[in-house]
Amino acid sequence: MMLTRESLLNWAMIAALLLVPLAAWSLDEPFIITLATKAAILALAGVGLNIALGLGGLISLGHAAFFGIGGYAMGILAAHAQNYEPLFDWPFLFEGSNQMPLIWLVAVVFSALAALVIGALSLRTSGVYFIMITLAFGQMLYYFAISWSAYGGEDGLSIWVRNEFPGLNTLDPIQFFAIAYVILCLALVFAARLARSPFGLALAAARQNEDRVQAVGLTPFTLRLTAFVISGAITGLAGALFADLNRFVSPTMLSWHTSGEIMIFVILGGVGRLYGPVAGAALYIILEHLLGGISDYWQIFLGVLLLLIVLFARGGLIGALAGREKAHG
Amino acid sequence: MTYILVLEQILNGLQLGVMLFLMAAGLTLVFGVMGLINLAHGSLYMVGAFAAAAVAGWTGSFLLALIASLAAAAAAGALMELVVIRRLYRRDHLDQVLATFALILIFSEGTRWLFGSFPLFLDVPSYLSGPVSLPGGIEYPLYRLTIILIGLGIAAGLFLLIARTRIGIQIRAGEADREMIAALGVDISKLYTLVFALGAALAGLAGALVGAIQSVQVGMGEPVLILAFVVIVIGGIGSIKGALAGALLVGMTDTLGGVFLPQLFALFLDPASAASAGASLASMLIYILMAAILLVRPSGLYGGSA
Repeated sequence: MMLTRESLLNWAMIAALLLVPLAAWSLDEPFIITLATKAAILALAGVGLNIALGLGGLISLGHAAFFGIGGYAMGILAAHAQNYEPLFDWPFLFEGSNQMPLIWLVAVVFSALAALVIGALSLRTSGVYFIMITLAFGQMLYYFAISWSAYGGEDGLSIWVRNEFPGLNTLDPIQFFAIAYVILCLALVFAARLARSPFGLALAAARQNEDRVQAVGLTPFTLRLTAFVISGAITGLAGALFADLNRFVSPTMLSWHTSGEIMIFVILGGVGRLYGPVAGAALYIILEHLLGGISDYWQIFLGVLLLLIVLFARGGLIGALAGREKAHG
Repeated sequence: MTYILVLEQILNGLQLGVMLFLMAAGLTLVFGVMGLINLAHGSLYMVGAFAAAAVAGWTGSFLLALIASLAAAAAAGALMELVVIRRLYRRDHLDQVLATFALILIFSEGTRWLFGSFPLFLDVPSYLSGPVSLPGGIEYPLYRLTIILIGLGIAAGLFLLIARTRIGIQIRAGEADREMIAALGVDISKLYTLVFALGAALAGLAGALVGAIQSVQVGMGEPVLILAFVVIVIGGIGSIKGALAGALLVGMTDTLGGVFLPQLFALFLDPASAASAGASLASMLIYILMAAILLVRPSGLYGGSA
């Protein structure tokens, strides 16, 4: 493998994301570890979106839907488990769960199903219609969650104790960070392999020239829908982890601001760059922490920065540091 | 359930519909003429409402407040277009989404910085408050009726502007072929600023009018923005006629669904679960409507090719 500046930078970032919390752990600074965990989880959400956005060219403004479904999967399963109220008793008794692997499975399955339905409807259109329709479906779930009083409605749902992972103590910040970090790395490896697979190449081709892809006998709709489902599932997994990090889930996770923020992670880092979401989420957390300490209105600065990046530095952070040599497409 | 209640709710639906039209008209014009998706349209709605609340606070005049909302939103819109938006016309939709999302952050936090996080209140003037008797024995708030009339008046004016005036011809020509009308000597960038400011003024007026019923606060534009997106997706992007049809359809569906679905559910469910199931379904109704229309007509009721 050739070591370009971009791949060097990628290795440096992923190493920094590991070394910073390890250093914080040895200095007994749990808050820094929590920030790094948050960055890793948000990066995972961005990796999910990037499959639809960067690879497939699908500008989804509704990924908060999947993020929130993942969050509510955690919230609902764990709430039933902590209150000893069965979730359902037919066809078998199910009392909810506080086991992360099962929660993740449920989160992935339900966000993938939601992505299948939303994608199948939205992908009938393209361009600006697609943006608005994904946004609208995201808002639909947001308003549904607000009016769904059984699971907290507008107030959301709190979990007293973080869910368990076999063999680990998830209440220890560094161990929970390790879980999030390993999942992020696995997702990055998966996304990289996906981009180089025949499916990924066909998807990128459908983004660049739909007619030619059709002419060689592939169906762009199916390619895009598959990408959208995979993308939604990964973002849903990130949602379950994010809810577990906060031990809280609320309709805010489903709001369109969340969709916008996940998109910001991808863009701050650089669209279509495999590690863009990692750079973007880390930058976002650092900005939130530094600027948020200076001013309550730090999002003005975030807005100005985002505007400047969009108008003048389209490669994002990775583009600025690694130059114009692009990884793919 | 009396017919008076039904008529009242239909009027409420009409009122929501015409307000949505004021929002959707600007969005759909800007998309039709400039090919731009503007998420920050809701910020202009907020700017209008805050300008109205501030001027009403200083002068006590509701009419001046409405004029201020038009002027402030048009000025904010023109400034937005000159500084940021005109750099985006040739960019792809992703850049437009991000840049206008950044504008929302700047406008929302800037307004919070200027006015604080607490909602402001804009009072309905005494000459417009109180109920009015309509034929058929309906007592309906005069202010809401005024909103409906203003909205319908503006809709008629907008149709005349686009169908009958020189500016309207240029706008329609700009939709059809922007190179050609530039070649014919129309100053296209001035036209774009004008269209953008016009859409902004309508959004600002809607914000001020609704601000007197609800409270004036940061973020008030966003739910309306998303409803306006649903409206123009249903109506067909770029079509003013579609925006009007979509706005009335969404206004009616949302209002009538919110009132009557819980009652419908109460026929076969116990009251508590009927209320919650009805409210949940009502909150999703317009999106279900949108999905249904898209299944039949992917480019909306009055849309050309998507």
